[in-house]
Amino acid sequence: MTQDLRALYEEVILDHNRRPRNFRRLPEGSNRHAIGHNPLCGDQLRIDLRVEDGVIKDVGFEGAGCAISTASASLMTESIKGKTVEEAEVLFRRVHDLLTKQGAAGDLGKLQVLAGVRDYPARVKCATLPWHTLEAALKNTAAPVTTE
Amino acid sequence: MTRAVNETTVKVRAPADSAFDVQRLRADFPILAEQVHGKPLVYLDNAATAQKPRAVIDAIAHYYRHDNANVHRAVHTLSERATAAYEGARTKIRKFLNAASDKEIIYVRGATEGINLVAASWGRANVRAGDEVLITAMEHHSNIVPWQLLCEQVGARLRVVPISDEGELVMEDFERLLTGRTRLVAIVHCSNALGTINPVEQIIERAHAAGAVVLLDGAQAVPHMAVDVRRLDCDFYVFSGHKLYGPTGIGVLYGKERLLDAMPPYQGGGDMIKTVSFDKTTYNDLPYKFEAGTPHIAGAVGLGVAIDYVTAVGLDAIAAHEHELLVHATKILSGVPGIRFVGTARDKAGIVSFTLKGVHPHDLGTVLDHQGVAIRAGHHCAMPVMQRFGLPATARASFALYNTREEVDALVQGIRHAQELLG
Repeated sequence: MTQDLRALYEEVILDHNRRPRNFRRLPEGSNRHAIGHNPLCGDQLRIDLRVEDGVIKDVGFEGAGCAISTASASLMTESIKGKTVEEAEVLFRRVHDLLTKQGAAGDLGKLQVLAGVRDYPARVKCATLPWHTLEAALKNTAAPVTTE
Repeated sequence: MTRAVNETTVKVRAPADSAFDVQRLRADFPILAEQVHGKPLVYLDNAATAQKPRAVIDAIAHYYRHDNANVHRAVHTLSERATAAYEGARTKIRKFLNAASDKEIIYVRGATEGINLVAASWGRANVRAGDEVLITAMEHHSNIVPWQLLCEQVGARLRVVPISDEGELVMEDFERLLTGRTRLVAIVHCSNALGTINPVEQIIERAHAAGAVVLLDGAQAVPHMAVDVRRLDCDFYVFSGHKLYGPTGIGVLYGKERLLDAMPPYQGGGDMIKTVSFDKTTYNDLPYKFEAGTPHIAGAVGLGVAIDYVTAVGLDAIAAHEHELLVHATKILSGVPGIRFVGTARDKAGIVSFTLKGVHPHDLGTVLDHQGVAIRAGHHCAMPVMQRFGLPATARASFALYNTREEVDALVQGIRHAQELLG
């Protein structure tokens, strides 16, 4: 495999695609939801959150997506669990910058693997879809969000 | 000196013998020498747009270098040349479709605009509240949305003929849905998402018997089969130049003269009028009535040369070659673990739509691109088809006259590579 393709499909991405974390519909008690849709590729994603006292106590996602969107969603659920709503919103903006702005600085830990997507303009929306959906869920937006 | 149009168009080599020499034809397409990620380009996204032969590229450059002027306007030499080239291309298109008259060939931007023209002009004049427009479940969005808009505007009802698991029209349902209320049947000649070639002769005959007018969306059909609008007896036929090895931004609406004559104009502007005053405007004759504004003259010229090209190669030879590729692709792809074909109609053009277990079409598209292989991944502007098969997307390889068996093999190799990586 060519080296630059490996930069997109990092081992962490492949692992989260094969075994997505928190890939489930949240049971009773989840109180914030949103549905995301990427009309370019048809991918759909549902995110459920259980937010108590301003803290994300639990999160689950469902949907059919490509490796990039599935891994992005999986990594996201891991990273937001236990964070406050405000912290999650800050994280959303930082990841968004990482994915869309060249030279975006900052150490996002494990999420840094998503930076490889930036060089694939056609695939950036795959990675941002779960995050836009998260933002909608944090605001409990009823209408489905799209990447367009 | 006025240069005759036929001299300005680039000569197309007629095949020396009847043998279809794909390597020689490939040399006519400069872009096929491109490298993508260091690999030779394997272009299998022809249903989206086809590549252009040198003859077409040169004809467009030649037009701008030597003949460029506005058409139907001035008495000067260049305007005469431009007009002759533009109208000469119309005659080529008329012959290509075997239409009765040049008046029946309307230049549009593409198949989409052709359908919108018919919906807006013929539709609003002829479809009333309570009437029905009949389409199918395998239509491209361009043959769905214009009819939805029309039906909303006039209070008509849009009916949809379902498709089978193989991706064929359910003809019993077509018969059932075709009634005295059906004003128009709008149907794709060859499906872009499934490859299905529809039994349009039978459909046209039945629709006419029921008193309905028929529009065929031929965007995917004209590059792959000879189309004779008089033998078909369709009322409207649309196609895009760019899928026929011609430029983007130019396409054709064919319509029967008596229908076009009775239709109100689509857009108002220059060239579509005879006289204008603030009291009364008289519209121009066909085909100009539907060609407001300065048209895509170079595009028409390029399309004319593209038609020369495919005619010289021979549409029957092209169809046979692509069918051979389809058979080869279907056979070797069948050996790929986890593959599911979407669209297995008995009568199919060179389009293979499929999904792979564990590999999303988008990821496949990216991995293949790194092998130099270009395919389409997505819903192919046919979301209802995807819904019918319960899929968000498929991967699609589509063949043109310049594709080879080796390129199909490269596709399969790339697929196996993607499975190793992502599986």
